[in-house]
Amino acid sequence: MRLTCPLCGPRDRREFYYYGAEDYLHRPAPDAPIEAWDDHLHLRTNLAGVIKDLWYHEGGCASWLLVTRNTITHEVLSVERVADRKGASA
Amino acid sequence: MSQSHRIGGGQIDRTQPLNFTFDGKSFVGHPGDTLASALLANGVQLMGRSFKYHRPRGPLSAGSEEPNALVELRSGARQEPNTRATVAELFDGLQARSQNRWPSLAYDALSINDRLNSFFTAGFYYKTFMWPAAFWEKLYEPIIRRAAGLGSMSRLEDPDDYDKGFLHCDLLIIGAGPAGLMAALTAGRAGLRVVLADEDFRMGGRLNAETYAVGDHSGADWATAVQSELVSLPNVRLMTRTTVVGAFDHGIYSAVERVSDHLPTPLAGKPRQTLWRIYTAHALLTGGATERPIPFENNDRPGIMLAGSLRAYANRWGVAAGDRVAIFTNNDDGLRSATDLQSKGVDVVAVIDSREGGTLLPGIRHLRGAQVIDSAGRLGLKSITVRGPNGKVETISANALGVSGGWNPNVNITSHHRSRPDWRDDIAAFVPGSGGPANLHCAGAAAGHMSTHAALKSGAEAARHIAESMGKQAPYVLPVAEDAPVQITPLWYVPGGKGRAWIDQQNDVTVKDIKLAHQENFTSVEHMKRYTTLGMATDQGKTGNVIGLALMAELTGQSIPATGTTIYRPPYTPVAMGALAGRSRGKEFKPFRLTPSHKWAAEQGAIFVEVGNWLRTQWLPRPGETTWRQSVDREVLQTRKSVGICDVTTLGKIDIQGTDAGLFLDRVYANTFSTLPVGKCRYGLMLREDGMVFDDGTTARMAEHEYVMTTTTANAVTVFRHLEFCRQCLWPDLDVQLISTTEAWAQYSVAGPNARNLLAKLVDQDISDAAFPYMGAGNITVCGGLRARLFRISFSGELAYEIAVPTRYGDALIRKLVEVGAEFDAVVYGTETLGVMRIEKGHVAGGELNGQSSALNMGLGKMVSKKKDSIGMAMTLREGLNQPGGLRLVGVRPVDPAASISAGSHFLPLGAAPTAENDGGWLTSKVFSPHLGCDIALGYLKAGDQKIGTRMRAVNFLTQVDTEVEIVSPHFFDPEGERLRA
Repeated sequence: MRLTCPLCGPRDRREFYYYGAEDYLHRPAPDAPIEAWDDHLHLRTNLAGVIKDLWYHEGGCASWLLVTRNTITHEVLSVERVADRKGASA
Repeated sequence: MSQSHRIGGGQIDRTQPLNFTFDGKSFVGHPGDTLASALLANGVQLMGRSFKYHRPRGPLSAGSEEPNALVELRSGARQEPNTRATVAELFDGLQARSQNRWPSLAYDALSINDRLNSFFTAGFYYKTFMWPAAFWEKLYEPIIRRAAGLGSMSRLEDPDDYDKGFLHCDLLIIGAGPAGLMAALTAGRAGLRVVLADEDFRMGGRLNAETYAVGDHSGADWATAVQSELVSLPNVRLMTRTTVVGAFDHGIYSAVERVSDHLPTPLAGKPRQTLWRIYTAHALLTGGATERPIPFENNDRPGIMLAGSLRAYANRWGVAAGDRVAIFTNNDDGLRSATDLQSKGVDVVAVIDSREGGTLLPGIRHLRGAQVIDSAGRLGLKSITVRGPNGKVETISANALGVSGGWNPNVNITSHHRSRPDWRDDIAAFVPGSGGPANLHCAGAAAGHMSTHAALKSGAEAARHIAESMGKQAPYVLPVAEDAPVQITPLWYVPGGKGRAWIDQQNDVTVKDIKLAHQENFTSVEHMKRYTTLGMATDQGKTGNVIGLALMAELTGQSIPATGTTIYRPPYTPVAMGALAGRSRGKEFKPFRLTPSHKWAAEQGAIFVEVGNWLRTQWLPRPGETTWRQSVDREVLQTRKSVGICDVTTLGKIDIQGTDAGLFLDRVYANTFSTLPVGKCRYGLMLREDGMVFDDGTTARMAEHEYVMTTTTANAVTVFRHLEFCRQCLWPDLDVQLISTTEAWAQYSVAGPNARNLLAKLVDQDISDAAFPYMGAGNITVCGGLRARLFRISFSGELAYEIAVPTRYGDALIRKLVEVGAEFDAVVYGTETLGVMRIEKGHVAGGELNGQSSALNMGLGKMVSKKKDSIGMAMTLREGLNQPGGLRLVGVRPVDPAASISAGSHFLPLGAAPTAENDGGWLTSKVFSPHLGCDIALGYLKAGDQKIGTRMRAVNFLTQVDTEVEIVSPHFFDPEGERLRA
C-alpha cells in the first residue's frame, strides 16, 4: 500500500501511522451532551466503500492526513493535509 | 556412477564435473544442471514418496510447478526441507536426501497406506477421527502428522543472513521467456526503467527447452544475445533466481531472490536470499504457461512426467529420462516431444494420441484415437497399457512416458486481487480475466499467446503500449519465429478405470476423490478444494487444479467457466520464513537505543535492562556485592544520604514554541501552564479524551513563548504524535510549533542532600536555593561555557536536579559528574533504584499509568481544571468515573515487616473468601524499601481513600503469596516534601 503525502510524494504505507475515522476531527464542545462525546469517541460507521480516515506521516513530515479511500478496491482517492483544509478547526 | 542417461547437446558445461550425493550415494553432474536433471542423467527416477499414500514418485516436471520431487538439501543448521529438485541448482558438494519415507526411499514402511487407500479418500479426516473428541489432539493428530509429513527441520538456528530490498521502476517484467525478453528489449531501448525478473537461473524460459529458431539464432542463443544488450542498458536491471511471488496494492510486487541458494554457503557479506519490494508504475506478466497431465490409472509412477518437461530435460540438460520413451498427448505440442527426442537418438516406442484422425508423425509409431489406461513398475515405469481406437488393449514396454494434456497460462498473479480468469475454448485453458491489479499487463503464453511468434509480438506490443502511455516512443522489429496454432481436443482424464488416477500428485488427490466430493455434494470449487485438499499442497495445484474443476464441471453438467476457479493467492511459490523475517531476528527483531552514559556504565560492569526502545542501566554492582538487592539498597541509601546520579535521557523531550504555546499546553494538559512563570517548571498530567490518564511529566517555561515538555520514556513517541494531532487537527489556528528533542539532550538526574554541592562544582552560575529555587528551570553553562539546561525537579523526593547537555557531551558529563562526585561518595544508580525511590515517594509510573486509570483513581483528581477546556476534561466528569467507592491509589506495607508482598496481588478483606465479589483491587508496583526496612507497594483499592489505616489481605495465587497488609498513604517517605525544598 502506498499513500501520496502532499509534502513528501508517494510513500510506503509503513511510514504512516493509522489513527481512525475522520470523526476524530469533529470534537464536541466541552459542554456538549454526554451522548455527543460517546458518539465522538466510540461509535463508528463500518462502511464498505469510500471512507475518510486519519493517518499520520510519522516516518516523514509529521503531517496529519485525511485520506479518502475505497475499502473494497483499495483505491486511494485523495490525501490532504488536515491543517491545510479550510474550516478544519472544530 | 556414470551419467548413463546423458545424451548430446544442452546448456550444461560438460568440462566441469560437480560431485553431489543423494541419500548418501555419490553422483556427478555439471554446471547448468538441476538436482533433478543430474539425477535423471544418472538414471535415478525415484526421488520421493507421496504425502498420503507414500507412493514412489519421480519428477513430474522440470520447473517450479513440481509436486513430487521434494527433497531435503544440505545438512546441519543449513538443512532445508521440501525443496523441489527440479529447481535446485546443482553445486559441487551438494547433499540431498529423500524425505517422507522410512527406513529408505525404496522400502518405505508407510507404503502400507497405499494398500489401505480405501480408508484414505477425500474427507477421511472428518469421517474417521470424529470420536472420541479428546483423542484428536493427543492421539490422532500426532500420528497423522508423522505419517503424512513432508521434510524435517534441523531445529538449529539458520546461520545465514536474509535481506530486504527495495526497488522502483517504470516497468517490472515477470518472466524472461520470449515475451519478457522482447518486452524488456523494447521498453529498455525506449528508456524506461525496467526490472526483468525470472525465477530460473538462466533467462530464456521455454526458449532454453525448445529447438526453435528465433531469427538467425537458436532460441537459447537469441535469449543470450538479448540479455547481452539488456546488460549494457543502464536503465534495465536483470534479476535471475528471482521469483515474483505476489501483487499487492498500488503497484507493489514482492519477489524473492535466491542470492546464494546455488552456492554451498553464501559468499562473505552476501545474504542467502533477499525479499524485494518492487514499486512499479506498470508491470507485465510474461510468466509463460504450465503443462497439465492427463490422469489415468497409476499415472504417478517414477518415469511418467509432463511431455514438455521430458523434452526440456533432453534439449536443455542433455538428459533422456528413459531408454524407451512413449508420449501420451491430446494436442500437437505433445508431438514435439516425440520428434525432439527421436532426433536426439532416443528410442520413441509410441505416441498415443487421444485425438481421432489427422496426420501421422513420420517414422514414429503414432497411434491416433488411443489412450494410456494403466501403467506398471513399482519403483519406476516398466510398461504402459494402451487402448487403441478399436478397443484393443496392448502393453508397451517403456521406462519413460511424457504426458501432455495441454498448457495452462500462468495467470496466478493476475488473480491476487480476486480477479477471476476467463476461459478460452480454442486453447482449452484459462487466460487472465479483467479486473486484475491496476497497471498489470499480460503477454506471451501467460496471456494465451502460445506460439513463439505470438509471444514475441505480444511482449513487444505490451512494452510499446506502456512506453507510449508514459510519453515515450518504442518502435521494435520482431525476429522471425514459429507460429504454430494450438491444436487440442481436451481429454481431462481417461475414463473407465477402476483404480486410482492422480490429479494432484502432491496431495494424493485422485479422480475418485473428486467424484466422491461430487457425490457428497461438495460441488462448488471452493468446497471441492477444501474437501479433497486439491491444490492445497506446497505446489498449490499448478498442474492439477484445472483438471479437478474440469472434472467437476463434467460431473455437474456445467461448463468449465460456469464451474469457475478458486482464487490464487500469494505466494506464487513457497517463501522461506527467513526471507520474510529478513534482518529482524534476535536482537535485531527489536533493536534498542543506547543512552549517553552507556559506554561508561558498561565499563563499570553495569547490568542493563530493556526499557521501551532503550537499554538502560538497571543497577551497578560493586565488588563484593553478590545479589542485586545489595546493589540497589546501597544505591538508594547512599542517594538519600549524600547524592546519586541517574541517566534520565530516555524521557521524551518536546520543545513547544509559539505565541499560543501556553494556551496549547492548557488544552493538552489537565492542569494549567499558561500561568507558569518563565524560569519555572510544573508537574503536568495529560489525559486521553476518554478521561483516562495518558502520560505525565514536568514541563518548564524557558521563555515567554517557549516551553520544554518531558514525557515518560514509554510514551515519548505517542505523546508527540498526540500533540501533533491536537495542533494540526483540533486547533490549527493556534500559533504553536513542536519538535522532539529527545535525542538532542543527554540528561542526568542528580539527587540527594549533596546534589547542589556536587553541581555547584560544574555549573558556572549561582545555583543557591535563592538563585535557583525548587521547581526552577533555566539555561545555564557548565564547565566554563558549555551550554546546558538545569531543572530543579525531583522524582526521588530528594533535593534534586536534572541537568541536560547536548547529547555529544553526555559521555563526558557522566564522567565529570562521577569525578567531582567522588568527594561526596556519589553513586550512579539505575532503574531499580529509580523505582524504589519513586514508590517510597508515592509517584505513579508504569504500573499505575496502565491506560485504564483516571486522575481520580491516582489521587490526582484535583489537578483536572474544570475552568478550561482540555483533552479529557469533559469525559472526566462522566458519572462512571466519579462513583463513590471507586479505585484509589494507596500505599501498602506488610503488618509483619519481615513478610513479603507480591506485585499483582489482589486485596481481600480479612477473613473473606478469595472470590471476584470480594476483590478490592490490586497491587500495581512493589519494592523493598531499604529506608523503611520492609516491602512496600502501591495499589488501586476500592474506596482506598477511606481505608487508610485498615488491614487487608494481599493475595497472589500465581506466586502463592498471601500477606496481611496495612493500607497506608502512598507517600511513604518525607510526605511533607521538606527535603525537596532544602
